[in-house]
Amino acid sequence: MKPFITHTGLVLPLDRVNVDTDQMVPKQFLKALTREGFGRILFYDWRYLPGEKPNPEFIMNFPQYKGASVLLTRANFGCGSSREHAPWAIGDYGFRVILAPSYADIFYNNCFKNGILPAELSETQIEELFQRAEKYPGYQLRIDLPNQTVSDNEGLTYKFEIAPSRKEVLLEGLDDIATTLKHEPEITSYEKTHAATATMFDQVDVKNYSAGAP
Amino acid sequence: MTNNANAPSTNAKTLYQKIWDAHVVREEAGQPSIIYIDRHLVHEGTSPQAFAGLRAEGRKVRRPDLTFAVMDHSVSTTDRTLPILDQDAKLQFEALDKNCRESGVRLFDMNSKNQGIVHIIGPELGITQPGQTIVCGDSHTSTHGAFGTLAFGIGTSEVEHVLATQCLVQSKSKTMHIVVSGKRPKGVTAKDIILAIIGKIGIGGGTSHVVEYAGQAIRELSMEGRMTVCNMTVEAGARAGMVAPDETTFAYLEGRAFVPRGKEFQDAVARWKQLPSDDGAKFDVTVELQAEQIAPQVTWGTNPGMVSGVTARVPDPHDFKDLNDQKATERALHYMGLKAGTPIVDIPVDRVFIGSCTNSRIDDLRAAAHFVEGKHVNKSIKQALIVPGSRGIKAQAEKEGLDKIFTDAGFEWRDAGCSMCIGMNADVLPPNERSASTSNRNFEGRQGRDSRTHLVSPVMAAAAAIAGHFVDVRDFALESVE
Repeated sequence: MKPFITHTGLVLPLDRVNVDTDQMVPKQFLKALTREGFGRILFYDWRYLPGEKPNPEFIMNFPQYKGASVLLTRANFGCGSSREHAPWAIGDYGFRVILAPSYADIFYNNCFKNGILPAELSETQIEELFQRAEKYPGYQLRIDLPNQTVSDNEGLTYKFEIAPSRKEVLLEGLDDIATTLKHEPEITSYEKTHAATATMFDQVDVKNYSAGAP
Repeated sequence: MTNNANAPSTNAKTLYQKIWDAHVVREEAGQPSIIYIDRHLVHEGTSPQAFAGLRAEGRKVRRPDLTFAVMDHSVSTTDRTLPILDQDAKLQFEALDKNCRESGVRLFDMNSKNQGIVHIIGPELGITQPGQTIVCGDSHTSTHGAFGTLAFGIGTSEVEHVLATQCLVQSKSKTMHIVVSGKRPKGVTAKDIILAIIGKIGIGGGTSHVVEYAGQAIRELSMEGRMTVCNMTVEAGARAGMVAPDETTFAYLEGRAFVPRGKEFQDAVARWKQLPSDDGAKFDVTVELQAEQIAPQVTWGTNPGMVSGVTARVPDPHDFKDLNDQKATERALHYMGLKAGTPIVDIPVDRVFIGSCTNSRIDDLRAAAHFVEGKHVNKSIKQALIVPGSRGIKAQAEKEGLDKIFTDAGFEWRDAGCSMCIGMNADVLPPNERSASTSNRNFEGRQGRDSRTHLVSPVMAAAAAIAGHFVDVRDFALESVE
């Protein structure tokens, strides 16, 4: 995964609360076999009219927000379905940072697996950023992860909180699985005392591919 | 909501804490823990990229014997002997079969007699048992918490992580105690309880918490009802929902395919009896509701927290103090094609869907069949679908003659799957049409682009099918409702 240190980019203000992951990636795009190419369909039903014509009323289609990489939005962003296709789409579109007062748990977690920083600011701070995004054309923000700051060119700087372990994952671009597998002996030792099994006592109609299982 | 953060600490443990402690593989101060996963459930929609990731790194599935796969999201609910026309869905089914075959994972494919929605068949076959940790790449994994398990949804990267390590890296959640006291009135179901809870705490109200449910109204629910409550806990933003196991739990589990027999079962029950939260165990937050005050619920907006009792009217955006709520309500009413002040019972319905991992169990079908017996679906209804959660439930319902009651009343009797809850197969709600749906999400476009979803209980959906609009089921003869 690509490490995240600092990022400066154009802000796209998406002024809605409780944006759910069904909006980011509607169901018909969940039949993919790969993680690639979801940027084109991000916010599909909002972004496109039937026939895939860009909806001129949706903010992502406004010319002044072309190339935006900082998504400014409202509370409980990413609620609903666990689909990781949502952060795949956000990342593939080009967003590297999300700024919101709060996030849904599964979505928040999924962002870190994809090198996206979901930074949490207070409601008041987010409101101020919305006002500035409207006031200054081409409004940009600089996000500094080591120092945990968000700042603009007008003298504003906000601190944000992030769990140290989350921060490390982004800074180092860590592969979680490799990190966990460093503790493989502990997993094996746990399995010796905690005998998790799934024995079938009555025959059920299942393709039993597990013949070689331990 | 009461914040108990300052309550004196004791050694008494919550159910959540007990399961957590029993699954810690590695703990380190200031770091998230590595916890062991007892059951990993997999479906075709969120797993292909995880298996591909494993393959790319040359990794193997660590415990195929603890992993169970099922085809549910995109399966047809009509004739499965016909060729699959949706090529993307077909490729996903083939990928799941290949991935299971190569890694030795047991698979309930679409032709299995035990096929069904992942969160239905886990409990139905006894794969789900108290005290376990269960994950699946699906947010409604919270369903399994009804058995006193710690069960939650994960993203595809974490699916890959669990496949490779049988573990997850987790930080401990905060705890929320939701106590529903008193006796549930007739016509008020588990679905109404959970919708009322979400209406009260909001769709972000449970964020970063694990919920434990308690109180008389929860205790008196069947396992099916408890599963409905835990299923929709994620719609309040919580990580997981749980109900402590009791005699109802043990009676449900005894004799199921993956549940031990005889002495082994008795030993398991003895262990499971140790799981309930200790007296005096401390929760971060407590929420209290009175069951007697809960009416049958109907959602009017575009998230499950936009909900009212059936006797209410569609709210006015200006009823809300917060500007963001006002804007969201205005937008929701526009999307839903509703006018503020309209009585809920005056809202006409185009289609009815009884199904999904929330409400497609045998109890749900019995309640709906009981209501519609001898009645007929209203002429104004374009389609009324009954989609059992599993083929096991379908067979049971047919044994009881429920299918006949439904088809005589004008409902379509379908095969098992996720169906119109998510519309990944052909069961899609058309644009601008309105459903009475027993599913879990009324988000914009959830059942089909520009479709309008109202979430209700099975008996409320059945009643809407008969009347052509929402009705208060409590107005019907008491023998019609359970």
